[in-house]
Amino acid sequence: MQSTLSQPQKAALPTKTETISGSKAVLEALIAEGVKTIFGYPGGAIMPIYDALYDYSEKLEHILVRHEQGGIHAAQGFARTSGNVGVVFATSGPGATNLVTGLADAMIDSTPVVAITGQVFAHLLGTDAFQETDVINITTPVTKWNYQVTDAAEIPAVMAKAFYIARSGRPGPVLIDITKNAQLQLFEYEGYKKCDHVRSYRPKPIVRKEYIEQAAALINEAKQPFVIFGQGVILGKAEKEFIQFIEKAGIPSAWTIMGMSAIPTDHPLAVGMLGMHGNYGPNVLTNECDLLIAIGMRFDDRVTGRLDKYAKQAKVIHLDIDPAEIDKNVKATVPVWGDCKDTLPILTSLIEPKVYPQWLQRFRDYEKQEQEQCIQPELHPTTEVLSMGEVINILNELTGGDAIIVTDVGQHQMVACRYANFNQTKSNVTSGGLGTMGFALPAAIGAKYGDPKRTVVAVIGDGGFQMTLQELGTIMQFNVNVKILILNNEFLGMVRQWQQLFHDRRYSFVNITSPDFVQVAKGYRIEGNSIRERKDLRDVLSTMLNHDGAYLLEVMVGKENNVFPMVPQGCSVAEIRLK
Amino acid sequence: MNKQEYTITVYTENQIGLLNRIAIIFSRRKINVESLNTSPSEVEGIHRFTIVIHEMEEVVKKLVRQIEKQVEVLKAYYNNNEELIWQELALYKVSTDEIAEHVKVERLLREHGARAVVIRKDYTVFETTGHREETDKLITVLEPYGLIEFVRSARVAIIKASSGFHEKLREFEALEPSEEVVENEFLDKQDEVFTM
Repeated sequence: MQSTLSQPQKAALPTKTETISGSKAVLEALIAEGVKTIFGYPGGAIMPIYDALYDYSEKLEHILVRHEQGGIHAAQGFARTSGNVGVVFATSGPGATNLVTGLADAMIDSTPVVAITGQVFAHLLGTDAFQETDVINITTPVTKWNYQVTDAAEIPAVMAKAFYIARSGRPGPVLIDITKNAQLQLFEYEGYKKCDHVRSYRPKPIVRKEYIEQAAALINEAKQPFVIFGQGVILGKAEKEFIQFIEKAGIPSAWTIMGMSAIPTDHPLAVGMLGMHGNYGPNVLTNECDLLIAIGMRFDDRVTGRLDKYAKQAKVIHLDIDPAEIDKNVKATVPVWGDCKDTLPILTSLIEPKVYPQWLQRFRDYEKQEQEQCIQPELHPTTEVLSMGEVINILNELTGGDAIIVTDVGQHQMVACRYANFNQTKSNVTSGGLGTMGFALPAAIGAKYGDPKRTVVAVIGDGGFQMTLQELGTIMQFNVNVKILILNNEFLGMVRQWQQLFHDRRYSFVNITSPDFVQVAKGYRIEGNSIRERKDLRDVLSTMLNHDGAYLLEVMVGKENNVFPMVPQGCSVAEIRLK
Repeated sequence: MNKQEYTITVYTENQIGLLNRIAIIFSRRKINVESLNTSPSEVEGIHRFTIVIHEMEEVVKKLVRQIEKQVEVLKAYYNNNEELIWQELALYKVSTDEIAEHVKVERLLREHGARAVVIRKDYTVFETTGHREETDKLITVLEPYGLIEFVRSARVAIIKASSGFHEKLREFEALEPSEEVVENEFLDKQDEVFTM
C-alpha cells in the first residue's frame, strides 16, 4: 500500500526512484536535516535501523549512551547549545519508556528534540509482545507531536514533518515510533523533501500591528517600566533584537532561569534573575513597576510566587509565540502574539528612546542590600567550610564568563544560576520547568557536542550526580571533554532547606551517602580530585579547566547552607526573604 | 464567574491518536467531559469533535487554546447554549407486553415525540431526540412500566453563526486536500509473518 503522506513528493518532477529500506530512509532523512550526531541505545526492535547505521558511520556520529534517559538529556543539551534539533534513538518497550522523563523535560522547556523509537512488528501491536509498550499513548502528553509508522513509504514525509514541528514555532519534542516491519520494508524512495508547512498547524501567530502600537504607547507613557524575559528570546534567536529594544527603551531587564545568558550578565540594564531564588530587586520591584513587559516567558509559578498578589498594580504587555500562554497565568493588558524576532524590531521602531536613572537606581539599591546580606557572605564566607557561591565565583574568574554552565537541580543549581557570569547566549543549560535531577551529566555531554569549541562545566549536586552517573561511561568511551564539578553538601540540600525552614528541621530522608566520587571517576579512567579547603580551591578549579579531557572535581561544601534570597511558597514576590 | 454548560466544537484532521490528545487536555486538569461526539464535518476530510463540559468561561477559554495548539487541530470554538442548536438521541427498551396492556403508554410516547424503532414479541425499542430534560422526562414516565434499558447519545450541535468558518473550511480543503489515514494493515496477518 502506498501512503498518501508521501504524495507531495510524487507531485514533484518525475525523478529516479531507488529501492531502499525504511531504516535507510530514516538515516537519509537525518542527513538531509543536517543531523551529524545521534545519541542512542540499540535493542531488538530498532536493530534494522542500527544495522543501516553501520554503513553510515562517516556521515552520522552515534554516541552510545549508558541509559536512554541519558540519551535524551544529551539530545536536549545538544539542542540547547547548538540551537539545532537533538536526535535520540531508543528501542521499544523499556527503551522508549526510559525516554519519558527527558521528553517531559523537553516539552516543558520547549527544547527541539526528535526521538526515534523502534516498535514491534505491526502485526504484533496490541498483543503484549516482547518489549511492546504503547509508546504513542504514553508519550502523548509529553510530546508536541508523535506518530507511529507501520509502512516504510511514510518515513520520508513523516521524518520531514517531525523535524519541522520540533523546531518551528514554540519548539518541542517529537517522537516517531517505527514498527520493525517498516524498518525492514523495501520501498520506492523518491528522495527527501523538507517540510515547511502542515496545513492544520500555525507555528507563528499572525503579527497584529495594532497591538504592537498599543504596546508602544504604553511603553512611551510608562514611568517605571520593567522587562522580564525568558527562553523565547534565545529560541527565537532574537538576542540582538532584544538588546536593541531594551537599550532604546532604557528599561531595566530581568531574566527567568531559562532566559539567562540571552544578554550578558553584566549588561548595564541587567538587573538579575527573577523568581523564588532570584535577585532581591527584580522580585520586589515587580510589585512596584507600572508596566511589566514580559517577553518569551510563561509566568511559571516559580517566577510569580503567589499569583493573586503578582504585579497587580501594573499593566502587562505579553509577547509570546504561543497563543495559549497569553492570559494563562497573568492577564495581559496588551497581548503581542508572534515570534519576538519579528515583533521586537517593530516595537523598537515605535518607541521613544528613554532612560530611567532613578528607577534603575532603585534596583541597584536593592542589589546593595542583597550584596551585604546574601551575596557577600555567600561569595566570601567567613566560615571555615566552603560555600557553593565561592566555588562559582572563582569559576567565573577563571572562565571569564565564556564557559557553558550545565546545572542539575537543587541548591547548587540555584547558586550557579544566581552567581555564574555569562557573556554569550546559549550558555546556561538547566532543567528549568521539570526540575529533573540527573539532567546535568548527560546534558553536558550533549552540550559539548552541540558547541565543541567551548568549555562545558557541569555543576552537579551529590544527589543528582548519583541519578545518572552511569554516563561517565559515555564520557570515557567517547573522550567527551566535560568538566564535572560536584558541589557535595552530603545532603539532598534543597529538600533539607525546606525541611529546616518549613518542617521544623525534621530532616526526613535527606541524608544521602555518596561513594568516593574520585574513585568512581578513576574506575572510568577519568581524572579527578576532591577538596574541602579554601586554600586549594583556585588551584584545583584551574587544574580542572586546563586538564586535557574530562575531569571530575568534588568540592565539599557547608552541609547546612541555605540558598537566599527566597520567596517562600504561598508568598508574593514582594515578600522575598533575605534570610 | 459561574460554571455553566459550554459546547466546544473542534475541527481536526482525521488522525489516529488525536482523540487521546484532545481527551487528555481535560483529564490532565481533572475536568469531567459531559459528552463527546466525533463525526465527519460538512467538508470531506475534516473531522469534528463536539464536547460538552460544565465549567467557567475563563477555564473553557484556556482549554480551547490548548486544544487549538495541537498540531492536527484546525480550529476550536466554544459556545454557550444560547449560541447553539443541539440535539441528543435517546433509545428506550420496554417490554412489549406492558405496552400492549397499558394503552396509556402509547399516548405518553406520542406526547413525548417518541417513535418505535423495533417492535418484537418480547420488547419494543423507542427513540426520541431532544434536549437532555426532554429525553430525561421520558425515562421517569416509562419507569413504572418496566424500562429495561436506556441509552443516550452525546450532544450534536450546530453553531448558529457558523457560515463564515464553513466557507473558510471549504477553501482550505480545496486548496490542500487532507492526507489519508494510514491504518495498520498487518493486524490480521499474524500467521503469515515471520518474527524474530
